Amino acid sequence: MSRYFTEDHEWVDVEGEIATVGITDYAQEQLGDIVFVELPAEGATFDKGDDAAVVESVKAASDVYAPVSGEVIEANAALEGEPALVNSDAEEDGWFFKLRLTDASELESLMDEAAYAKYVDGL
Amino acid sequence: MTINQSGWKPEIAVSGAVLASPTATGNRALMLEEPLIFEIGGMERTGVDLAEAPAAPNRLGGMERATPIGLPGLSEQETVRHYTRLSRQNYAIDLGLFPLGSCTMKHNPRLNEKVARMPGFADLHPLAPQSAVQGALAVVHELGEWLKTLTGMAAVAMSPKAGAHGELCGLLAIRAALEARGDARSVILVPESAHGTNPATAAFCGYAVEDIPATLEGRVDLAALEARLGPDVAAVMITNPNTCGLFERDMKRIADAVHAAGALVYCDGANFNAIVGRVRPGDLGIDAMHINLHKTFSTPHGGGGPGSGPVVLSEALAPFAPLPIVEKDADGVFHLVEEETAGADHGQNFGRMVAFHGQMGMFTRALAYILSHGADGLRQVAEDAVLNANYILRSLEDVLDAPFGGTGPCMHEALFSDKGLAEGFSTLDVAKGLIDEGYHPMTMYFPLVVHGAMLIEPTETESKAALDQFIMALRSVAERAKAGDEALKGAPWFAPRRRLDETLAARKPKLVWEEVGGLAEPAAAE
Repeated sequence: MSRYFTEDHEWVDVEGEIATVGITDYAQEQLGDIVFVELPAEGATFDKGDDAAVVESVKAASDVYAPVSGEVIEANAALEGEPALVNSDAEEDGWFFKLRLTDASELESLMDEAAYAKYVDGL
Repeated sequence: MTINQSGWKPEIAVSGAVLASPTATGNRALMLEEPLIFEIGGMERTGVDLAEAPAAPNRLGGMERATPIGLPGLSEQETVRHYTRLSRQNYAIDLGLFPLGSCTMKHNPRLNEKVARMPGFADLHPLAPQSAVQGALAVVHELGEWLKTLTGMAAVAMSPKAGAHGELCGLLAIRAALEARGDARSVILVPESAHGTNPATAAFCGYAVEDIPATLEGRVDLAALEARLGPDVAAVMITNPNTCGLFERDMKRIADAVHAAGALVYCDGANFNAIVGRVRPGDLGIDAMHINLHKTFSTPHGGGGPGSGPVVLSEALAPFAPLPIVEKDADGVFHLVEEETAGADHGQNFGRMVAFHGQMGMFTRALAYILSHGADGLRQVAEDAVLNANYILRSLEDVLDAPFGGTGPCMHEALFSDKGLAEGFSTLDVAKGLIDEGYHPMTMYFPLVVHGAMLIEPTETESKAALDQFIMALRSVAERAKAGDEALKGAPWFAPRRRLDETLAARKPKLVWEEVGGLAEPAAAE
């Protein structure tokens, strides 16, 4: 399994043709206490960069973009009752949704962990 | 010789223990602890005696309410006291400087209130015959003429009820104009430095919204905007001056590029106070702009009337202006142009924003404000508002980070970031510290382009002494946040309520009062 990152602070885990998407620990820290997560419906299809979810904190509401194109096969229902999961475990249990990839080559434009860490340092 | 019978002398120190000790009532002298109205009232009581309702046939078909309605019953005195006590816990522009950025919390001259309360204005009925309300129609017409003159625009829609409603009106006019030429465009571009309501308005009108990034100088990235323009773009929504408190210098070039691409320019006029009398938005190529009468022309939130957001329109959009419109004929008689009287001139109107004519009380206040200032006075309003904001910016930039301070003067509001605060200290702590200092906090965490933003708009109505005291207070709080003063994390200490749990309030909001353990017992021995 390999993990990729976007400049908009989403992470993507890829296993076969299934991509799990969430926001990074850096992103949740910047947002502050998360109070609401709006997740995409199963079966929704996104092109890379489309608005896919909304995350709302006490400070602001932000769009979460689809880091790659694909069809939603599952959304993390646990976040609806417990949005705080994004704060406590952004990069594991606080995942947002799973996509069936339509174009695996899109992953090549994303960052790996080291590149993302460097990117965040520069912010 | 006077005798101090209490035995207390000013030099006798009050120990911390006394200050911290509780009182039996929870009150602290004039700071009164006030329960919820449901906790005071009882359902078995009422402030008025009503006769038993006469028996009448019940035609509710079994849908009648089976349980008590649950309204609290209070005497008139209890009701008056409740709301008076609550009002004493409020902060308001009549109490002190209100630095809320982008809200233009200026003093509301009492002359406005006197005029708005004149019976000929205050007692109007919207369905009164037009011949009986010529004076009121003259006020709406004259105010509209002033707004067109001040903005250099061709037409005005007076009826929108507030800023975001004005945005909706402007976008509906733009959509009507595009539809009239058979041009189906689906995207609205909104720069990052625009007001937060802009993308919401565009989405509400059915458009897809796309961001345009800001430059490092906090202004619209012209190159990025030009690159995105195309046949699918209906309009660009720009706030000028923007929410970074900066004037969009490229406004004319932006408007020319947008027009060349067949799109239209909406300008959010919420910050018009910075340029009124100095700049006419029509000269910058703007097609539609709302004007917050309750900002630029006084009577801000809680300081006067409700909102009111007339929209000025360019030649291109004028035919699509919503009804009603007040017109003056050759004999000096005012007429309301409505559905049944709209001639060919207004045949393309896009409909109506409201049932009647708009916020009459605000029209009288705004016109009173405009006439009492005159054109030269309005120009000075903008100049003094900008001067005051720059005084704050330059007085505090040594202690707070001013991200765009190096790019030149600001307009009507000064913007700072949280850079340089001690580890673990945030903009929120600074805001809470200001409450203890007796100020309403500034706008915070907006605009989003600046980390931990603190947006301060003093307006022109604050004296130098008032600004100096505010600067001293904010300087003190900022220095404590930079030094990592742990006490600041607990602020506010002296407010009626301590720091609230905003997260819990948002995650598990309690929106309905619920009685705990059944109905309260009737109070004994009253």
